Amino acid sequence: MKSLIKIGVVFGAALLMTSCFDKSQPNYQYFPNMYESIGYEAYQEVNGVPYGGFETKMEAQIPADGTIKRGWMPYDYDNTNEGYEAAKAELLNPIPTTEESLAKGKELYGIYCAVCHGNKGDGQGTLAKREKFLGIPKYNDPARAITEGSIYHVIMYGKNNMGSHANQLNTKERWQVVQYVLKLKSELK
Amino acid sequence: MKKVNHRNSISRILGAALALMLVFSTTAFAQDDAAVAAGKALFNANCAACHKLDSKSTGPALRGVEARLAEDEGLDREWLYKWIRNSSALIKSGDRYANKVFEENKRSVMTAFPTFSNEDIDNILAYTAQPKPIPPKPEITPGEETAGGGFSTQVVLIALIVLFGLLALGLFLVNKTLRKFAVANGTLNIEKEVKRPSLWKAFVQNQFLVIVSVIFLMLGAAYFAYGYFMQVGVDQGYQPIQPIHYSHRIHAGDNKIECKYCHSSARVSKHSGIPSLNVCMNCHKNIAQVSDDVQREGVTKYGVDYNKEIQKLYNATGWDPAQQDYVNEPKPVKWVRIHNLPDFVYFNHSQHVSVAGVECQTCHGEIQEMEIVEQHAPLTMGWCINCHRDTDVNFKGNAYYEKIHEQLKDKYGVETFKAAKMGALECGKCHY
Repeated sequence: MKSLIKIGVVFGAALLMTSCFDKSQPNYQYFPNMYESIGYEAYQEVNGVPYGGFETKMEAQIPADGTIKRGWMPYDYDNTNEGYEAAKAELLNPIPTTEESLAKGKELYGIYCAVCHGNKGDGQGTLAKREKFLGIPKYNDPARAITEGSIYHVIMYGKNNMGSHANQLNTKERWQVVQYVLKLKSELK
Repeated sequence: MKKVNHRNSISRILGAALALMLVFSTTAFAQDDAAVAAGKALFNANCAACHKLDSKSTGPALRGVEARLAEDEGLDREWLYKWIRNSSALIKSGDRYANKVFEENKRSVMTAFPTFSNEDIDNILAYTAQPKPIPPKPEITPGEETAGGGFSTQVVLIALIVLFGLLALGLFLVNKTLRKFAVANGTLNIEKEVKRPSLWKAFVQNQFLVIVSVIFLMLGAAYFAYGYFMQVGVDQGYQPIQPIHYSHRIHAGDNKIECKYCHSSARVSKHSGIPSLNVCMNCHKNIAQVSDDVQREGVTKYGVDYNKEIQKLYNATGWDPAQQDYVNEPKPVKWVRIHNLPDFVYFNHSQHVSVAGVECQTCHGEIQEMEIVEQHAPLTMGWCINCHRDTDVNFKGNAYYEKIHEQLKDKYGVETFKAAKMGALECGKCHY
């Protein structure tokens, strides 16, 4: 009988210890000071830091006025119908079209565009087939008659139901995608 | 008899009339159906990018548009032909309602469809004139089924327990009565217990046994203590609740959206960033509600109301679906970080994702099947090192490695190299 009680105690203790494991809480750390950064971590909340918090209490900040991000160039066309028409008519691709840039463009197209526009640019991506997005035009749609300038403009600002992809692609990458889209357009019948 | 005849003739006439009616109505329906089906195909291919039937999108909602225009504005189908074929020209001509619509929809220019025939447009209008289908009542059967299944298994379990209890009781009773009989008959001798040293004392007196068991106990204790200390600071299986329920199963699994679509900085930076909410809105501007099937599955299987979660996204971004614009004050979402390396380790996503070409799933597990993300890998140093020992360096198309690859090939006389051979086990690679 005594041994039964002992076994019970051991099992109870084991149960107590395992039941303390909570999946929604992180495990405890040995020396937390060595785990936590003194410098700001990405996305960190910076409330009440000794050097004075930011206004938004976030580490992620909007760049200061008049500065541009690395890999970015200022873009002079406005996000309006007039800006679109102007870009469509006059904006030209500044980087040469090479095998390499097309390969890069294809890779980026596969990540950012193909899910809606389809691997061939015919508007039949996964989301279109699953009817999440409808009416995605083909790249060779005569009513739209896209040009390199208009493609770049739309990646930059988005149009109608397509959102802006400017923060996922830098200037050069956008032009690489434009090159690949033009290639798909020429291949469509 | 006459009466019967009379009735017969009436029923015949009625029958013929019914048949005639049916024939006409079916043909009429068939024509209508064909028009609606053709209209639906045209609508989905050309209009649905900007128009929905029942809610505002880039352009206005289009259900019953013809009737609405006729009643409110006194515009006929001719006006719609003109508008659809070339809306810009109509706006420029100074048409009052055309200009009003243009202004109301944030001056978005509607694509011109000069190639549409009158019939095409008629078909599309026939489709938009369809009444709104009444949503089918949500079936509760799946929930009932599972509940029923749970109930029946419970019943079976209880029945089994009762059965075994009865069996044990029966055996005990049989044993007892048999024993009684045996005692009464005098065939059973109840032995007098011989005084023997207790087991415990015998154990203590045997020194060899004591030493062996002490060694085993200590080894066991060391094993458990080691395991206990080694899991300190390891968050494998960590699965926090996020402020907005985001299902990787639906996005990356069912819809096959590339991981890097949202986590775009994994390509180019140390961090695989949490996407800012504008990336969510790239799709969810258009998708304000999940389909009925998905919603039902979410509620019954995962206990999540997906539509409410999308609403949380709209609250956070300040998006108003009715106005199709960001009108409210945005509120940042406090996501809970899951994968977190200590400050004394440097890890760079772009090196692994872009240069080495490692799949996200290698370290993060089958993310596309996770409804709620959990930490798949232990993220310990041993785990890193093992992978560096086993993985071949990806030299292909990487000019940076060309020279060293040639040199290493000459030196060791092999074609491929594990990352470990290229210094991936050096302390300073990750700790500095």
